[in-house]
Amino acid sequence: MGVYSEKVMEHFRNPRNVGVIEDADGVGTVGNPVCGDLMTMYIKVEDDRIVDIKFQTFGCGAAIATSSMATELAKGKTLEEALKITRQTVAEALGGLPAPKMHCSNLAADALRRAIVDYLRKKGDFDRIKQLGLEKELEKMEKGEEEEDHEHGEVCEA
Amino acid sequence: MPYMDYAAGCPIDERVVEAMVPYFKEPGNPSSVHSVGLKARNAVEEARQKVAELINANADEVIFTSGATESNNLAIIGYAMRNASKGKHIVTTAIEHISIINVCKYLQKNGFEVTYIPVDRYGIVSVDSIEEAIRDDTILVSVQHASSEIGTIQEIERIGEVVKSKNAAFHVDATASLGKIEVDVEKMNADLVTLSSNDIYGPRGVGGLYIRKGVKIQPIMLGGGQEFGLRGGTENVAGIVGFGKAAEIAKQEWRSEAERLAKMRDKMIDGILKAVEESYLNGHPEKRLPNNIAVRFNYVEGESILLSLDMEDIQASTGSACTSKTLQPSHVLMALGLKHEEAHGSVLFTLGRYSKEEDVDYVLEKLPGIVERLRMMSPLYRRR
Repeated sequence: MGVYSEKVMEHFRNPRNVGVIEDADGVGTVGNPVCGDLMTMYIKVEDDRIVDIKFQTFGCGAAIATSSMATELAKGKTLEEALKITRQTVAEALGGLPAPKMHCSNLAADALRRAIVDYLRKKGDFDRIKQLGLEKELEKMEKGEEEEDHEHGEVCEA
Repeated sequence: MPYMDYAAGCPIDERVVEAMVPYFKEPGNPSSVHSVGLKARNAVEEARQKVAELINANADEVIFTSGATESNNLAIIGYAMRNASKGKHIVTTAIEHISIINVCKYLQKNGFEVTYIPVDRYGIVSVDSIEEAIRDDTILVSVQHASSEIGTIQEIERIGEVVKSKNAAFHVDATASLGKIEVDVEKMNADLVTLSSNDIYGPRGVGGLYIRKGVKIQPIMLGGGQEFGLRGGTENVAGIVGFGKAAEIAKQEWRSEAERLAKMRDKMIDGILKAVEESYLNGHPEKRLPNNIAVRFNYVEGESILLSLDMEDIQASTGSACTSKTLQPSHVLMALGLKHEEAHGSVLFTLGRYSKEEDVDYVLEKLPGIVERLRMMSPLYRRR
């Protein structure tokens, strides 16, 4: 189609780690179907390491490719390492994204972050949440803002 | 390779290209007095005659522009400015082409009032609501003949009668309908009609505007008095010749072409709605352009469907926000009352002169699997 890099298209054609982990240790959701993007990340954690990760995404080509790339980057990483994955990291690993897609469809790193917070929350490890600077994220999640809160909104209503 | 995006761009008919080639090479300016200029002038006037014949108009009621967008600008701004002393109110609909909507917004910022008539869930504008919206100070009513995006055809002749009875001018955007259904300026009671060359297999960069004799508009492109003083600038001779040839072919072939395309359209719509659960038709089931298949699928997003189709060498289009520059879903789909998430799952296939029945079969073979694959990835499908 020409708007995406070959790497994006490759991940769109063959997305890695698609699906659901039924007994996931952490689940994170961001986006909003109203805006056309919604993604959920599932993680399994052993010894502080992400040993398995899967995603489900409703969205455009960029949304699916960034989800796939984020899971690939996160798999096998410690939680601390995984938290260093940002939107920028994901976009760079994909050889770049078209400018409008940087904001609206590049939400996978945020979903991963939330999955990690969810894992720690379920474990009751709030000290760790604090130590990793994730209290704000937790607060939003506790308020049930999973789907409403995302930077996409401002673009959407532009 | 099923190309099914004719509404976005039509291939140029070989016969049109052949007619144009000599005029690409020759230097003639239709305004020059010498023989080379005269030849160019004659070619332009011959093309004007052919375009006029396609819409049952006189040649001196047709002017050439750079395309449908310019024609829409000229029709509305040109008419509004010239006739502002009679009133400053314009009536149009919620599903017009973006060039109409943006022109109306521009006029609103410049002292005009615009009423946008809503449509029903099939995209039909009620004749009564047009009648009710027309006021004493309404100078112009602009309604599209048919929608390229949802295929719906308006009751344009009845609307034309009402507008005439209320003494307002009537502009019809016939971009999507020309060459596909009958466009007759007399039957429509139209005063201004927008015409596109590329949509009838002519070259891009050319369009036309029908202006009924006696209807006064003001030019928006000022120059050397070309096109009856209504559109300055040396004529795009090769382009105009191509548009003329395309109009000639359309006049001869549109009925048989429409019949052929309508059969393929019906087969494709039926096939998709049967093969894919929770798929729906956008637009009117019967009052519909013969080449238009506008559908939507729950739980999936349009751009990812387009990318998947393109991987199978099928080209289509979507009203989804994700492919638009503004990241907004199409105003046409929203005007039907669709929810955002429904509009996001819309896909538009438009057939044309070179579409074959095998193309339809191929799409029907590939599409259900594509939607299924994306649904399996979608958290919305799991939640349903």
